[in-house]
Amino acid sequence: MPDPVLEVIDISKSFWGIQALRGVSLNVHAGEIHAVTGENGAGKSTLMKIVAGQERADTGRLHFRGRAIAMIHQELLPFPELSVAENIFMGQEPTRWLPGWVDKAARDRQAREVLAQLGVNIDPRRAMRELTVAEKQSVEIAKALARRADLLIMDEPTSALSEREAELLLRIIFDLKRRGVAILYISHRMPEIFRLADTITVMRDGRLVATRPAAELDADRLIPLMVGRALGPASRTPGAHGEIVLEARGLGRPPRFHDVSFSLRRGEVLGLAGLMGAGRTDIGAAIFGLAPATAGTILVHGRAVGVRSPAAAFAHGIAMVTEDRTEFGFVPDMSVKENVTLSSLGRFSLGPFIRRRVEARAADEQMIRFDVRAAGRGQPVKSLSGGNQQKVAIARALLADPEILILDEPTRGIDVGAKAEIHGLIAGLARAGKAILLISSEMEEVLALSDRVLVMREGCVAAELVPAATSPDEILRYAMPG
Amino acid sequence: MQCQAETVHPPRVDRKPHTRWPAELTLAIAIAILMAALSVLRPNFLNLANLVNLLRQISINGILAVGVTYVLLTGGVDLSLGSVVAFSGVAAASFAHPGQYPAVVPVLIGIAAGAACGAANGLVVTRGRVAPFIATLGMMTAARGLALLLSGGMPVSNLASSFTRIGGGSAAGVPVPILIFAVVAVLSWILLSQMRVGRYIYAVGGNENAARASGLDVRSIKMVGYTLCGGLGGLAGVVLASRITTGQPNAGIGYELDAIAAVVIGGTSLNGGTGGVGGAILGALLIGIINNGLDLLNVSSYYQQVVKGLIIVGAVWLDRSKQRT
Repeated sequence: MPDPVLEVIDISKSFWGIQALRGVSLNVHAGEIHAVTGENGAGKSTLMKIVAGQERADTGRLHFRGRAIAMIHQELLPFPELSVAENIFMGQEPTRWLPGWVDKAARDRQAREVLAQLGVNIDPRRAMRELTVAEKQSVEIAKALARRADLLIMDEPTSALSEREAELLLRIIFDLKRRGVAILYISHRMPEIFRLADTITVMRDGRLVATRPAAELDADRLIPLMVGRALGPASRTPGAHGEIVLEARGLGRPPRFHDVSFSLRRGEVLGLAGLMGAGRTDIGAAIFGLAPATAGTILVHGRAVGVRSPAAAFAHGIAMVTEDRTEFGFVPDMSVKENVTLSSLGRFSLGPFIRRRVEARAADEQMIRFDVRAAGRGQPVKSLSGGNQQKVAIARALLADPEILILDEPTRGIDVGAKAEIHGLIAGLARAGKAILLISSEMEEVLALSDRVLVMREGCVAAELVPAATSPDEILRYAMPG
Repeated sequence: MQCQAETVHPPRVDRKPHTRWPAELTLAIAIAILMAALSVLRPNFLNLANLVNLLRQISINGILAVGVTYVLLTGGVDLSLGSVVAFSGVAAASFAHPGQYPAVVPVLIGIAAGAACGAANGLVVTRGRVAPFIATLGMMTAARGLALLLSGGMPVSNLASSFTRIGGGSAAGVPVPILIFAVVAVLSWILLSQMRVGRYIYAVGGNENAARASGLDVRSIKMVGYTLCGGLGGLAGVVLASRITTGQPNAGIGYELDAIAAVVIGGTSLNGGTGGVGGAILGALLIGIINNGLDLLNVSSYYQQVVKGLIIVGAVWLDRSKQRT
């Protein structure tokens, strides 16, 4: 066998204390389609970013025997106002007469040739913004070809494509393989993986679990490798549930999610599982009024309520701890105290004036209750660790004393210790009678903490499961598209 | 789709407890040094008369600086203040002719005219989603036009002495404009540091999305900021018209930038969320002392402009480099 085009040797990488990759090694050969799969957060994208040079590994080595590496991102990053040809040759335009004098005729001709090689029919003079997603992707691939890339990294390339477009893309990928291009292909989609891949690598928790020839694997053997058998947090003993507090009927905001109905009782934890982009966060954002639903009804205590803004949600006893902490979770320059009391300042005021001593006492109590580790209540939240920032966000939501609490990825990017604390907190809140909607990509978390689990797939509820009677494998099977 | 836990963050470590050197302190020290230097070069600088004169000179810019602080704290900007000063001055003067109304009427009309301009800015920004720079740039032109329309392009003169005493008179030996500035400063400090709405203004400027997700009514809070800013512009217009005893439709050109300069020198971020009244006052004071001092030193006003420009940039530069370390 000839030398591999790419050798990844013992790569490790951590982000603020969290080990994203642990000693990963793999080889990719010319003309090989190497699929990399695994759950959300397994480390696939980090690995790809390191290979593409967008991130630096902490330890380990990379050997690349080729001319160029190209990466096709999930979210394409073209220059929308420039033409197709300008995009393809960005930064390496053919020139004549003078350095920097672009030979437009040659550029457009070469662009047409490259696109023709891919078997796509796009006028290179068209503006990029006029193209469909599939066409843009073809242009990105053409860009890689024009740069004579020997290694092409594709991150979930078919996720935004229709079936017919995806079919066309797969054909292009086979064609590239025949030309000897090595392809690293990240995907969740079983049918695609088995059709395309020569080799399959499975990642889990930053580790490479297995690299096997595709012929040796099928879905039944692959899924257990992805999910693993590692036990998560001890499961919560389901408590007695009270009356229905929250109900969603036919809720939707196309194209993000459609026709979602469920009910949630006092003291109950309803898990929302599914892959990224399945619409889980959108459901939470709709109930909380951050991105209101365009169809269906939300009922609180059996009464239909319009939730057009988070302010309205708070008024109905709904609070949310958002997934995107830095964007929605806190005001970075404000102190721990000011952040914690921001949603319930009215309670600590006399008319329009803040009762500073009462406010300070409430903030101190929340800091103790949620074990926020800061130099004091006056420390700006931007200087806290991720776990403590998350606790501040949770403390703020709970100080408003909501009946219904939506938690979106409450333990993302948090170290193991803080994670266990937050799990304990969630169980305690349910015992105290809160109705909790728990959105999480971590299957162990959802299974351990929920009374029921809704599995989302491509914007729809694919299944409702009971943790005691299901397994990560089953959830994943419902969550997988295709 | 993208793997969630892999969102790339810069490595982050818990920093030492945050002990930011307050910009106000730097400024106060700079002002002290400057005053010491000036008193050595020109002993009459420290005359009570000169100091009172200095405060009177900065009172209008000071009121405007406090006003624009509200808007800058929300992360916006107000370029219309100079025109609002002219419009509200003309509006007030139109009701201030002798024997017409008691002085309180033109004063309230001037403030209301300014507040209306501010509220219009706020509406365009919050409902129309027009960038604050553009919205208030439009108001800058429109309010100037209103001032010219209302006055027929001519200064509105022949004002009642009860009105002109606001800008020209004294109470207990202190010029009235200084008293007005002091009251504005104290009330604004109370609003921003002791009241809920003040906290909300900081939250909106510090992270608008988080403020919204915390259940704050971001639009109303911004409206408060723009309206207060416009109202204080109106008040400054009244003081100016009273002091120069005419409603001048061409008054106040460039005042908005002097006010923003004072606020920025005082450490308020143009991105919103940090700063306050104290900085605005010190900034206005610093600019005033430099103008006054250079006057005493017989430096040409052309040089004064250059110096002021250097100080604006220098102050922010200093502040930035401190934050980076």
